[in-house]
Parts: sequence; C-alpha cells; structure tokens
Amino acid sequence: MRSSPLALRVAAWGVVLFLHVPLALIVLYAFSAEDKTYVFPPPALTTRWFGVAWQREDVWAAITLSFQVALVSTAVALVLGTLAAAALARARFFGRDTISLLLILPIALPGIITGIALRSGFHTLEIPFSFWTIVIGHATFCVVVVFNNAVARLRRLNPNLIEASMDLGADGFQTLRYVVLPQLGSALLAGALLAFALSFDEVIVTTFTAGQQTTLPIWMLQELIRPRQRPVTNVVAVAIIALTFLPILAAYFLTRSDEPSHR
Amino acid sequence: MTAAVTLDGVGCTFGHGAGAVRAVDEVRLTIEAGEFFTLLGPSGSGKTTVLRMIGGFTLPTRGRVHIGGQDVTMLPPYARPVNTVFQDYALFPHMTIRANVAYPLMVRKVERRAREQRADELLALVQLAGVGERRPAQLSGGQRQRVALARALISEPQVLLLDEPLGALDLKLREQMQSELKALQRRLGITFLFITHDQHEALSMSDRIGIFNAGRLEQVGTPQAVYDRPATRFVAQFVGAANVLEGDAARRLTGHAQAMLRPERIRVGDAAGARASGTVAEVQFFGAFTRVKVVLEGVEPSPRLQADLPTGQGVRVPASGDAVHLHWDEPAVHALAAA
Amino acid sequence: MNPAEAVAVPRTMQRAASDLLYTRRGLLLLLLLAPPLLWFGVIYLGSLFALLANAFFRLDDFTGQVVREVGVSNFIALFDPANLDVARRTIGMAIAVTLACTLLAFPLAYMMARHARGWTKAALYIAVMLPLWSSYLVRLYAWKLLLAKEGAISWLAAQLHFSWLIEALLATPLIGGPSLSFSTLGTFIVFVYMWLPFMVLPLMAALERIPASTLEASADLGAGPAATLRHVILPLAMPGIAAGSIFTFSLTLGDYIIPQVIGDSTLYIGQVVYRQQGVAGNIPFAAAFSLVPIVVIGVYLWLAKRKGAFDAL
Repeated sequence: MRSSPLALRVAAWGVVLFLHVPLALIVLYAFSAEDKTYVFPPPALTTRWFGVAWQREDVWAAITLSFQVALVSTAVALVLGTLAAAALARARFFGRDTISLLLILPIALPGIITGIALRSGFHTLEIPFSFWTIVIGHATFCVVVVFNNAVARLRRLNPNLIEASMDLGADGFQTLRYVVLPQLGSALLAGALLAFALSFDEVIVTTFTAGQQTTLPIWMLQELIRPRQRPVTNVVAVAIIALTFLPILAAYFLTRSDEPSHR
Repeated sequence: MTAAVTLDGVGCTFGHGAGAVRAVDEVRLTIEAGEFFTLLGPSGSGKTTVLRMIGGFTLPTRGRVHIGGQDVTMLPPYARPVNTVFQDYALFPHMTIRANVAYPLMVRKVERRAREQRADELLALVQLAGVGERRPAQLSGGQRQRVALARALISEPQVLLLDEPLGALDLKLREQMQSELKALQRRLGITFLFITHDQHEALSMSDRIGIFNAGRLEQVGTPQAVYDRPATRFVAQFVGAANVLEGDAARRLTGHAQAMLRPERIRVGDAAGARASGTVAEVQFFGAFTRVKVVLEGVEPSPRLQADLPTGQGVRVPASGDAVHLHWDEPAVHALAAA
Repeated sequence: MNPAEAVAVPRTMQRAASDLLYTRRGLLLLLLLAPPLLWFGVIYLGSLFALLANAFFRLDDFTGQVVREVGVSNFIALFDPANLDVARRTIGMAIAVTLACTLLAFPLAYMMARHARGWTKAALYIAVMLPLWSSYLVRLYAWKLLLAKEGAISWLAAQLHFSWLIEALLATPLIGGPSLSFSTLGTFIVFVYMWLPFMVLPLMAALERIPASTLEASADLGAGPAATLRHVILPLAMPGIAAGSIFTFSLTLGDYIIPQVIGDSTLYIGQVVYRQQGVAGNIPFAAAFSLVPIVVIGVYLWLAKRKGAFDAL
C-alpha cells in the first residue's frame, strides 16, 4: 500500500491528539499544587493530593459501591446475554430481529428516558431505592454488550464442531462443556470486562435508580457541579482512567480475531 | 445378515406451504454390512441430506431409518452407532490431536491412560504416529483428514459416513487417499458410506453406487452396472461421457426410442460396414485419448456424436473438416427407459 | 478389546434432557429466550410503557397529583413557543455535532481503513476505543479544566495571540456565552469530543469495505483525488456515516449533563425532561416531552436505515 499523503497523516494524528490531550491533561492536573483554580500551566507539581484522596471516606464508599454494582450487574448481564446470544446466533425464526432491537433499546434510547421509566416503574410498584434497583438498571443495558460479543463469536464458530461432537457420542450438555464453552470463553470474558467498564462509568440511569446512594460517577457528577476539593477530584479522575484502561485493553486483545478487519 | 443401513421411504422437506423444498423424495435403500457404498450426485441432489439423516443431524419428515436392524429415525447423533468424517474435518481447535482422537472415548468416560493409548494406536493406523501433541492448526490438510478419520474410527462404529472428505485435497494427494481409504475399509471391514460428486472417485472406490438427482435415487448398482447399463438419461450422462440419442436419430441408428452409446466404444474406419457417417466438427486432445466430435449426415436434426479414440495403437486421428465413417458393436448400445 | 465397548452409556437424566431438547428445537429456543425476554419484557418494556402512558395524563395544579384521565393537554403544551425553542435548539445542536464529528472522523477513519497496517493500526484502534469506553464524566471533567478561564485553552490563546478571537466568538449571540466553559460554543466542542469515537469506528468499517480495485478503477478512468472522493468514496462510505450519526444524533438529543455543566442557561430537551420529572414533579409532561426525542430518533433511524446504516453497524 503506498504510504499515505502527509496532509492525511497530519489530520488523522491531529484527531487522535484531540481525543487524548484532554485525558493527558487530567493526569497532569492530578499533580498540580494549585488547589483553588484550574490554572494552566500548574504552578508547581506535587504528589500530596494522592495521599489526601486516599483518606477521603466518601471516595472509598463510592468506589466500593460502584465496584459491587458493576460485579453483580455484569454477572446478570452475562447470563442473560449469553442465553439470548445462544438463541439468536443462528436460529431463524419469526421475531428474531425484533428481539435484537429490544436488547439494543436500553443503549439506543437516551439514558434519561430509560432512567425515568425505571424510576416510575419502581415508584408504581412501591419498590424502595436500594442496591438492587441500581443493579436492575445497569444489568439491563449491559446485556447488549455481552450479547454482541457472544453473537460475534458464535457466528464464527464452525457449526460442524457441534455436530462432530454429538456424532462422536457427546450429548448436548457434554458438547456445551467440552466444545462450545471453551470456544466461547474469551468472548464472554471480553463482554464481561466491557460490561464492567460500562457499569462502573454509568451516571445517567444511575441518578434515577440510586435514590440517596452514591456511586463513583454520581460522586464525580456532584463534584462537577459543586466542586469541593478540586485536587482530590483530579486524583479520582486519574484513578478512574487507570481502572478502566486495563479491562478495555484486555477485552480488545481477547476478541481481536472476531473483528474481520483486525486479524 | 442384517443390513447395515436401511432407508425406508425416507423423505425430507424443508419449509412449509408454497415455498417448501423437497430435498429428499421417498428414498428406499439398503446398504449391506461391510460394503463400500457411495452416494453420487451433483450439488443439491439430496445426497448430503440423506447422509445427514443417517447421521442424525437432520431429522426426516417421512419414513424410517434403520441401522444394524435398530430404528434410529428420531435418535440424536450421539445415540447412533454411526460416526462421520466431515468435509472440513471439524477438528476441535482448542484440543491437541491426541485429545481430538480420544474424544469419543472421553465422553464415554473411559479412563485417561487407556484412551490415550488407544488414540495413539489409531494415529499409527492412519500413519500419523508422533503428532499427538500438536494442534490442528499446525497440520496440513491431508494430515487433518487422517486425524478426522482416526477420530471417527476409534469407537468402532457400525457405519462410517464420509462427507466428500477428499474435496479439499489436490489431485495427487486425492488419488493417494483414495487407495488408502479403500485399503483401510477392506482391512477393518466396517461399512463405509461415501459421498462425492466426482464420478471417477465413485467408480474406482465403490462396491456399489447410489446415484441421486433432484432428491430422487435414480439407480443403485455396482460401478460396472451403472456405467454399462444406466437406468436413466441422467445417470448415463452423469457417470462418464455419453452420447444420448433420441427421436429420429435414435430410431435410425439404433432401433430404440432413446439410447446411449459410450464415446470409447465408437471407432473410426472405412465406409464399408459403417453405422454412421459425417464430418468432423471438433478435435480435442486429452492425452490418453482424443475426443472427436462428428456431425452426422442423413439425419435431421443431426446429433453430434463424440468418439474417444485411444492414443497410439495405430489409430489415425482425423482432422477437423474430414469426412469419417463410424463403427460400433451392437452390445455397445444401451436402450434408455423413457424419462 | 476396545475400551469403548466396556462402558455402556447409562440412560441418565442428562441424556434424557439432551434427547428431548435435540428433537424439540422449539423447546430449547423457548428455554433459552425465556429469562432474557421476561427481564426485558417486564422490567424494561413495562416501565417504558408505563412512562409513556403517563404522557396522556396530566398534573393537577392544586393537589400536585397525577390525574389519570386520558387527554392531550401535554401534547398541546409541547407546541408552546418556549418548548418549540428548546426542541429546535437541541435538534440544531445535534445536527451541528453530527456534521462536525463526520468531518473530524473522516481523515482518521480513512487512514485507519486504508493506510495503517500491523501494530500502527492496532494502536490507532485502541486509541479510538479507549475514549469510547472510558468514563464519560472524566472526559467531561477534562474539558471543564481545559475550558476554564484560567485553563489551558486560554493560556494557549494568549501565547499565540488568539485571545481576541475567543472573545469575539463568545460575544456572538447564538453561539457565545459568558465564558468558554459556560457557552453554547463550549457545549458544542464538548459534544463533538464525546461522540467522535462513535463516528470513527463505523466509518472506518465502511471505508475498509471499499475494494482497492474500485479506487484504482476510478483513477484509471481519469478521476483526480477530489472527484474520486466525491463520486466514489463518499457514497460508499455513507452507510458508515449514517451508522455513526445515529449515535451522535441520539446521544446529543437526550443529554442533560453536558448542557448543565458547560452550557449557558438556555435549555435543552434532556434538561427540560429532567426538571419536569424532578423539581416540578410533572411526570406526565416529562413523559410527553420524552416523546420528542423518541419520535425524532425514530424518524432519524428510519432515514438512516434507508441509507444502509444497519448493514454497517
């Protein structure tokens, strides 16, 4: 392939810079000694804010809650998403496309609509806000992430493998255990990682389903609107970047051969 | 002796109503134990569907399937005493070769040491000793095919189904595998049910052949019977080159309403005693023989007869445009049933 | 002796269940689909319909309670000038954001699709994926820092003597505002930043699908790069653009956080819905107003589908 024209390369890398400079800036600010404003360039650099943030009870509480919600939501999404993928990956039946659309809807519709819909639902059924109301909301939109990964992998799976396994004497459950799940495993893991990242970061639907509880994004939102201790917010932001960077990278490497363009 | 496989009025229809496709139409077939039986036919003729119904991957919509005397019509594949070698081999990519071959024993809960030993025996049988630790991706196509064979044989099934197993191999390898498969079948005595669309393969390997066309079984017989005495026009033209004569030409040249004449039975000679005469339209050299296409005179509309003249043996090959006289013996003509 | 013969296969529950599910495929399908469908049907669709049903009810001004009588008062209220204003502003922003995202995404997507190879391509892909999946709020926060009066952009403008340009832009009636971090211009920039990865990936996928021979044929027949771009590349990339625009459009339409954090005090659809269901307690009207983005997105999806977006997703 002939090498790309200079203008194209400059433009393309320029866009990449546009995407990443803001994130790099946050990392810089986490070390800024200035604590009242967002002045640039930072007057001095220090690491003491990391220590201060470490002490903050409310930050830890928020992180813990987000972590637990993400864990449970991912588990639920894994089960529902895999079941749906198994049903839809190859079967051709009436209503198949409708079901795919249904699974995408929680992500396709604006979060605020999903949020107030769920909130009204809880209100009508007189369910009080709790850990589980948050999980219900999160699991609902995480399903499609697991579903997409599972379907992509199942479509790539040679159907003859399942037939061969049965032909050689393994019943449905044995085939599932020895042939299908090993093939599906890394795609499910990738889906779970992405679902985790999605749940960890979600704020809009959570605002409506959390009541008085504070997940990490809700904590962050409150800081955005009414900053308490700016440097601590910076540090937390850096922590969030680091925490979500790893699962996303891992998910990419687990499924790169499922994307036709990235072999 | 109980037949190995019996198909009794078996049919398979996909879809419903106006769009339904009758893939297999009322097939009656008996395959004897220890036979090398080939299902032959073009793509879409239903032979693969029949294989799948015997293997249990597709359930028939009509009729019964018996294997070794047992009615297996509705049984899942794992409950049938039948194993399959798939067209793309279907080796499990995440297992080693030995694990692949030992799989049938593993799911029957045979203890590890015993099954691995047996797997090594099978690998030696297909001349692949020593590759047990590798993965399928590391083997060549021919090697993978042997692994698939070993894996299908390890549990000693009553019938072995082979779904166009040689299609992906190049010519030399294919010919080698053909003789090896034949020898293996003789040695093991297991019934082989072989699918192919290549009539040369079918003729050279089979004890008997069943020819499929558009879902119907048109003829069952030994390679000689099918070649010399095809039951229908389709069979005549599918199993080897054929001159099919009909209408006026057939009556004048052969005395039958519809007849078949194999090109290699036609000789070029003198005008005396010739059965037909004409002009050469085309000459094609095929190495072992030369195909000469002749437009006959005295018959309207004129059929083009193909004559395959063997190379050497003092046979003179005419050139395009020459006038020729054709001879053949009476028994070379085979009357075809009206379609 | 063949070890396989020594072990008979016992007729266990597992076998029986497997046999049943093998012969009755419909049953298997039902079992697989029941849990997800129940979840989505009851929990998600149920609450959605309950919400939208509310659109036909109204709020009693005196008691502050929802009156469950079917009426269209909410829909009529939608056409108030103030509400129309909000809708127009939001849709306008969504369109502007979509156009800007397409413009910015194109060079990157094109290079990734047609020129990058090997680890460069993987690096670029990851570089686009990371912002896509990483925290929305963190990225928003980053821009809050950037756009602040004392922040990096002002500093850069001062260094390069562009400050006058920023002042001028901020003074412009439609797009300006008190400062960059509280202005329509700022809101616009942040929206573009947020949704840009959503446009890059489908566009890249669409551009990859163009066979090299097509572009070579175009050049061979005499078209220069600009003509090839206009007549060959753009039409073939359209499904990718349509797919990406679904995200940029619908995400902008429903967002209420960015306008609140970065915007001036003019309202967007998301904010109105948020306020109505929150402080005002007027769920019926909030529900009715929610129908605006739903309908707009529905129309947009229909248009996008005609352009082939669904094949590109």
